[in-house]
Amino acid sequence: MTAPTAPTTPPTLPTAPTDLLYSGTEEELRSAVRALLADRCDAKSVLARAETGRPHDPALWHTLAVEIGAAGLLVPEKLGGQGASHREAAVVLEELGRAVAPVPYLTGAVLAAEILLGCDTSEAAPLLRELASGHTVCAPAVPLTLAPGAPLPPAVRDSGGGALTGSVTSVADAVAADVLLVLADTGLYAVPAASAELTPQVPLDLTRPLATVTLRSATGTRLADPATARAAVAGALLSGAGLLASEQLGLAEWCLTETVGHVRTRHQFNRPVGSFQALKHRLARLWLDVASARAAARAAADALATGAPDAPLTVAVAQAYCSGVAVRAAEECVQLHGGIGMTWEHPAHLYLKRAKADSLALGTAGHHRGLVADFAELPAP
Amino acid sequence: MTAAATTAEELRARVRDLLAAHPPRDTARTDFLRARFDAGLAWVHYPEGLGGLGAPRTLQAVVDAELEAAGAPGNDPRRIGIGLGMAAPTILAYGTEEQKNRFLRPLWVGEEVWCQLFSEPGAGSDLAALGTRAVRETGSGDWIVDGQKVWTSSAHTARWAILIARTDPGLPKHRGITYFLCDMHAPGVEVRPLRQITGEAEFNEVFLTGVRIPDSHRLGAVGEGWAVARTTLMNERVSIGGMRIPREGGMIAPVAAVWRERPELRTHALHQRLLELWVEAEVARLTGERLRQQLAAGQPGPEGSGMKLTFARLNQEISGLEVELLAEEGLLYEDWTMRRPELVDFTGRDAGYRYLRAKGNSIEGGTSEILLNIVAERVLGLPPEPRDDKDLAWKDLSR
Ligand SMILES: Cc1cc2nc3c(=O)[nH]c(=O)nc-3n(C[C@H](O)[C@H](O)[C@H](O)COP(=O)(O)OP(=O)(O)OC[C@H]3O[C@@H](n4cnc5c(N)ncnc54)[C@H](O)[C@@H]3O)c2cc1C
Repeated sequence: MTAPTAPTTPPTLPTAPTDLLYSGTEEELRSAVRALLADRCDAKSVLARAETGRPHDPALWHTLAVEIGAAGLLVPEKLGGQGASHREAAVVLEELGRAVAPVPYLTGAVLAAEILLGCDTSEAAPLLRELASGHTVCAPAVPLTLAPGAPLPPAVRDSGGGALTGSVTSVADAVAADVLLVLADTGLYAVPAASAELTPQVPLDLTRPLATVTLRSATGTRLADPATARAAVAGALLSGAGLLASEQLGLAEWCLTETVGHVRTRHQFNRPVGSFQALKHRLARLWLDVASARAAARAAADALATGAPDAPLTVAVAQAYCSGVAVRAAEECVQLHGGIGMTWEHPAHLYLKRAKADSLALGTAGHHRGLVADFAELPAP
Repeated sequence: MTAAATTAEELRARVRDLLAAHPPRDTARTDFLRARFDAGLAWVHYPEGLGGLGAPRTLQAVVDAELEAAGAPGNDPRRIGIGLGMAAPTILAYGTEEQKNRFLRPLWVGEEVWCQLFSEPGAGSDLAALGTRAVRETGSGDWIVDGQKVWTSSAHTARWAILIARTDPGLPKHRGITYFLCDMHAPGVEVRPLRQITGEAEFNEVFLTGVRIPDSHRLGAVGEGWAVARTTLMNERVSIGGMRIPREGGMIAPVAAVWRERPELRTHALHQRLLELWVEAEVARLTGERLRQQLAAGQPGPEGSGMKLTFARLNQEISGLEVELLAEEGLLYEDWTMRRPELVDFTGRDAGYRYLRAKGNSIEGGTSEILLNIVAERVLGLPPEPRDDKDLAWKDLSR
């Protein structure tokens, strides 16, 4: 009755050994971040900020980035960071997802940090130090939907002597950034956010603001040549996609826990609605999916941390799987809360909006399945 | 960490001693397996003298790898799965010294195949409702068993059975049950093949008519059979997670192979489904691997209860896709001849067989509905369904 043994198939990529558990240090980091968020980032205040149109909480960011040192986790110690790895950053993202925290972590501490690390130039080093210290927020000026493995947009031109012109839509967290990392035809530039024109867009996800970034002969510091820049951005997108799975995991977990808590106490027909088998089975299935999402997200974080040769496949698997789980968890959360779930006061909608936006961020599940097809040599017709 | 490392070294030394004393080339298979059992290298986490050394369970992999590398014969677990996965842990937990010494060695070596006489025509999911009677004979103290069991895998090859029977109909259903070890060659045991969806008869009906079981073959106390049975059932459900499968191992392998080798069969719609299932199979592999790592680190997680559910669904979806992918060939079946196989094996069979046999994955060993109830109640803490059978005597239940 158990799974059969496999007939021989050509192994597509070597399977790197993976550590799928959490280390003691990671659990300590988790406790610190969770305690901070419980204190300063409850759903009520997230919603209140979102309603003002300025969702970011600079004070919260300061504590997370500077005091806990989360901003520099991916940055080596010699460049002023913590010299930790993607495994630790993933744990931070799980907690941020659980709290739908409005902080520029994925964009700044992951994507921007990875781009700067990928440049590996003396021009990038000082900015990386500032980023790692938590005092300067960097955001990559690329659409949030840009996916690993997809062609990079040629949006910005150098109109001569480093004067940058062009515009990029759907740039996440641009409004919180001090410095924008701009991919232009002549290389990568660090442009002070003040010298760009930011037009806020109305985002589906109220906790991760989007803006159109327009540059009109703006100048910045050139950090890398075009080839290096493109490679750096491509590598950052891979890490970002892999770590986004952990944010999705944390979000899905919150939705599951919150929903289970609700159906245990909500009574209809003279019994807790959670005692109805139709709901028990839905929640049991969701639990299975969340448990699997954890394995997928951990595998991606570990593969990125160890530079495993199969990291691109593991990341694609994690994204192809976890985005769907997060969206379904949030949808079930709304549905199983009944009328309460449809209200503005209940935080379920914040999670649904984040989950749905996350499913478009850094490549859809469909895009990542396409990548799986390439890596696993399962070509389209 | 160091303690485990030392033990791994010790185990390697023991394996070397075993191989030196019984070179696999010059030793008959059964003799080698007996010697391995006696050396404590059968299941290292079992106690000394019973095929083990009381070592951490995770070190079994060290022993298996060394022996495989040396070309030593194995004890085909597919043929004796019920014995290894269910009878053995239950006998270990509840057996007398005599029972452990009598049964575990031939069980592990594979000289005695076991089957499970639990389900009855009227008691499947609601197993505790079973009606097979065991009555104690005054004088001899033997038990006389009458009743019918059904869907009994391997009853036709089994030498022994784990059996649950009702010993007190006047008590509520969970309390009047006793657990026995039943000799399948005893007079009054009749095994009739029950042909199944695949055409073969892997399981059977078993009729028990005046079957005599000595009291020394009772496992656990009289009336305590339900607790003993729960040990069996728990072991049945977790026995999956410990296995290590390679990437693209299991049911996805044959479909992926067909996809690569037969471009003319590819369609866009099938491609999307194949990729979704490939991803899910990979995630299931990682989830199983995570469970294994948790067990090794001594932090067992509840994921174990989920693996059987996941594999049942995946096996069914993947094998369904495979039949469809094969187009015209999918219309054909390999062989409808009624056979009584010795083992269940998904490989070396065609897609139609896999499709049909996988339907059993969500029924055997507890249906998916029952397992979802277990996850919902024991893992998520959701309230149980209201029930009215708990305090009624078994004989007063409606049937
Ligand atoms: C291939 C195969 C091999 C087997 N081998 C053995 C064996 O070796 N030994 C042995 O003892 N048994 C064996 N079985 C029997 C198996 O354990 C039972 O078939 C199983 O437990 C289900 O019981 P049932 O068939 O009576 O179904 P029922 O209990 O009648 O269930 C019918 C349907 O109702 C659903 N249902 C029942 N109760 C509930 C509930 N409370 N909530 C929601 N849904 C419910 C079930 O999920 C199922 O879908 C085997 C079965 C198969 C298919």
